Amino acid sequence: MSEPDQNILVMEGISKAFPGVQALDDVGLNLKRGEILCLVGENGAGKSTLMKILTGVDQPDSGRIFLDGKEIQAKSPQHAQSLGISTVYQEINLCPNLSVAENILLGREPHKFGRVDWAKMNALAGETLQRLLGVDIDVTKPLGSYTVAIQQMVAIARALYMASAKILILDEPTSSLDVNETQQLFKVMKKLKDEGVGIIFITHFIGQVYEISDRITVLRNGKLVGTYDTDSITRVGLISKMIGRSLAEFDEMSKIKLDSSKHIKTEALLQAREFGLTGAIQPFDLDLHAGEVVGLAGLLGSGRTETANILFGAEKADSGSVSVNGNLVKEHSPLGSIKRGVALCPEDRKAAGIVDDLTVRENIILAMQANKGWFKYLSLQEQYEIADTYIQLLSIATPSPDQPVKNLSGGNQQKVILARWLATNPQVLILDEPTRGIDVGTKAEIQKLVLSLAEEGKACVFISSELEEVLRTSHRIVVLREREKVAEFAGEVDEKTIIHAIAGGEA
Amino acid sequence: MRKSNGHSFTWKTFTESRLFLPLIALSLILLFDLIFIPGFFSIENRDGNLHGSLIDIFRNGSTVMLLAIGMTLVIATGGIDLSVGAVMAIAASVAGILMNPSALKNEVFFVTDPNYTFQPLWLVIISALFVAILCGLWNGVLVAYVRIQPMVATLILMIAGRGIAQLITNGLRVQITYKLFTFLGQGWIILPFSLYIVAIMFVFTWLMTRKTAIGMFIESVGINFRSSFYSGIDEKKIKLMVYAFCGFCAGIAGLVASSNIKTSDANNIGLTTELDAILAVVIGGTAMAGGRFSLLASMVGALVMQAITQSMYAIGVPAFALQAIKAVVVVFVILLYSEQFRSFIRKFSAPKTEAKP
Repeated sequence: MSEPDQNILVMEGISKAFPGVQALDDVGLNLKRGEILCLVGENGAGKSTLMKILTGVDQPDSGRIFLDGKEIQAKSPQHAQSLGISTVYQEINLCPNLSVAENILLGREPHKFGRVDWAKMNALAGETLQRLLGVDIDVTKPLGSYTVAIQQMVAIARALYMASAKILILDEPTSSLDVNETQQLFKVMKKLKDEGVGIIFITHFIGQVYEISDRITVLRNGKLVGTYDTDSITRVGLISKMIGRSLAEFDEMSKIKLDSSKHIKTEALLQAREFGLTGAIQPFDLDLHAGEVVGLAGLLGSGRTETANILFGAEKADSGSVSVNGNLVKEHSPLGSIKRGVALCPEDRKAAGIVDDLTVRENIILAMQANKGWFKYLSLQEQYEIADTYIQLLSIATPSPDQPVKNLSGGNQQKVILARWLATNPQVLILDEPTRGIDVGTKAEIQKLVLSLAEEGKACVFISSELEEVLRTSHRIVVLREREKVAEFAGEVDEKTIIHAIAGGEA
Repeated sequence: MRKSNGHSFTWKTFTESRLFLPLIALSLILLFDLIFIPGFFSIENRDGNLHGSLIDIFRNGSTVMLLAIGMTLVIATGGIDLSVGAVMAIAASVAGILMNPSALKNEVFFVTDPNYTFQPLWLVIISALFVAILCGLWNGVLVAYVRIQPMVATLILMIAGRGIAQLITNGLRVQITYKLFTFLGQGWIILPFSLYIVAIMFVFTWLMTRKTAIGMFIESVGINFRSSFYSGIDEKKIKLMVYAFCGFCAGIAGLVASSNIKTSDANNIGLTTELDAILAVVIGGTAMAGGRFSLLASMVGALVMQAITQSMYAIGVPAFALQAIKAVVVVFVILLYSEQFRSFIRKFSAPKTEAKP
């Protein structure tokens, strides 16, 4: 490191148009050796597109890229990798049916006598995970048998395994990690930074931006807003640059919450008694009241998603009972729940949420139509009316309701799924990580929406790995630890109390 | 059939539609015929009925078209049905034995009376189709409820099916001479009668999938069955239904085929037609992984398959070489579908314009 200030990467004048949208318009960026640069912006700001151009997934319409002073043009991700640019994408792009070791070393397997040396490969993979990320798992098991967080760690390990990585791009790696895992990742990032690797870190967590980054580059609507030293810009300043509007509405939240808490009814819409599933979640009691938002807090793997799934009937409970509106539920299935007015917006948007080739309209009416059955088909006119209503209500950014939903950005896809469930007019709405991988502006919109839905008399369950968000949105908080309900807090509680409950009451 | 927000029908919407490539493929083959086969397009009027090579493509293609209707739905759910050829044979055997049960007594006698049948026609047809639907349900249960991979699950019946068909007819070929039945495959009302069967099945299936929610559910299950499950769609029921329906289509195809050759030949009816049907669907642009489908495009796909066969016969390719030649032509057709090839075409067809908003 002769010159610590030297730029390792310069991108200038990058433009890229997709059919119907100018994704990037004359955007520039520079990255120094041994620096962590945060790339922030709302959904559709162009962050992912810019990274895809850098890594050779997409080709720019114009603009130049210099790596170490030499002009490059990555033709493919493989090419970019060989140049020293490694990436961990937002969505996990690994093979769930291969083992963890195979995923990490795919294409770079150690050989012995012309055959893959499995013992060495497993040892190498285990060691890489242990050394780089401090994760100790059985690397011979298929990747798909692990949680999303572990899969994310494996993806990072795979990218880090490149000995020659000059630049590491992390596209929202922390969106599915819990606090400890995030800290582990940050440790690794700092270590790599000290070794002179330039890191581009894309995240929606503002707290993390300030915790780890040296500089921040802000994009908005495909244009460069500016690059700032992290020390020189305040959070409020940064967020208003990202969303281009003031933050007063964030402060409104607590007032709205207080107002809406007056509307909570005393009788329970949904009552779970000794409800549980062996190996997933210990039997628990839970009452959901009309007009109330109940937050589920807990670390990853504490049983949050499992709780949501058995309440909805996506997985069948093996103990206890649940009643909705005072009626005991006998046949528990997603369709049955929809008919009873219970909806679940599942955690994994890509795998269990959107149907990517179907249009926005079809995605929105899907659950409603499933409820109506095969033959009572909504007329096209009704479908468009419903779709248009929710596109407006949730301000979904789409050129038309006939757009395949896969062409939308992550936040808008999430809104489409929300619309799908709102269209079924549920009484109980369970939201599992509804704001994951979504920009700040949309996050606030969704939080507000949840509160206004509660005000209308719905019971909401709000699950998020961001404790702050759970606190802000929920009237009552249920804490889960190691697949067991351990505490319940009503009214105003501070973050510390919850963290203590999550951690186990000690310290 | 979607309301397009103010979009008019343009060349671009046509080239982007699912019908475009299959139609191009069909036109290329017909163009070949126009140049190399004199009289290919001549249609003659015999006693008010139309005959000619072009008509023959439709008539001989009718079994593949029938199969392609059911196969389209199966493939759209992400599955495949290899057993349709065998189910055709089973349906034909059931029909044959009900009209001419002599085989059960282990004697083959030729019924020469075209008005003789052991059981009335309606019972013959209903029984054969009932058995075909049972076959489809069997596939559906294996795929949807036992969770066997579709290719393996339907392979079972593909292999066992011809044995079952032989058991039904006691291992013999049953001659079919009953006039009303042979009309299915050989009759003519201006156009070949089998075409009307295809048309009715097509319209019925189109209405069933596009005027109810079934079509969207099939596509949804094929694209992402977990999302569909969370949305309350009974993915198992959908799969069971499409396999049963595919069996039903194969049953009808079996009746038409046996009527056409006046026997229920358990060994040869529908032999390798499952592959033609699958190719027809592929040429129609439905992805083997499931998802969006177009019945009309599959029909054109079936015609492409038949037109290739017909043209090869017409230029004198011997029957034994037919499969090889067919393979070569199919490779060229499939080439039209590759993304590389398409962008290559687009480069040349579209004038260069900068897209500036």
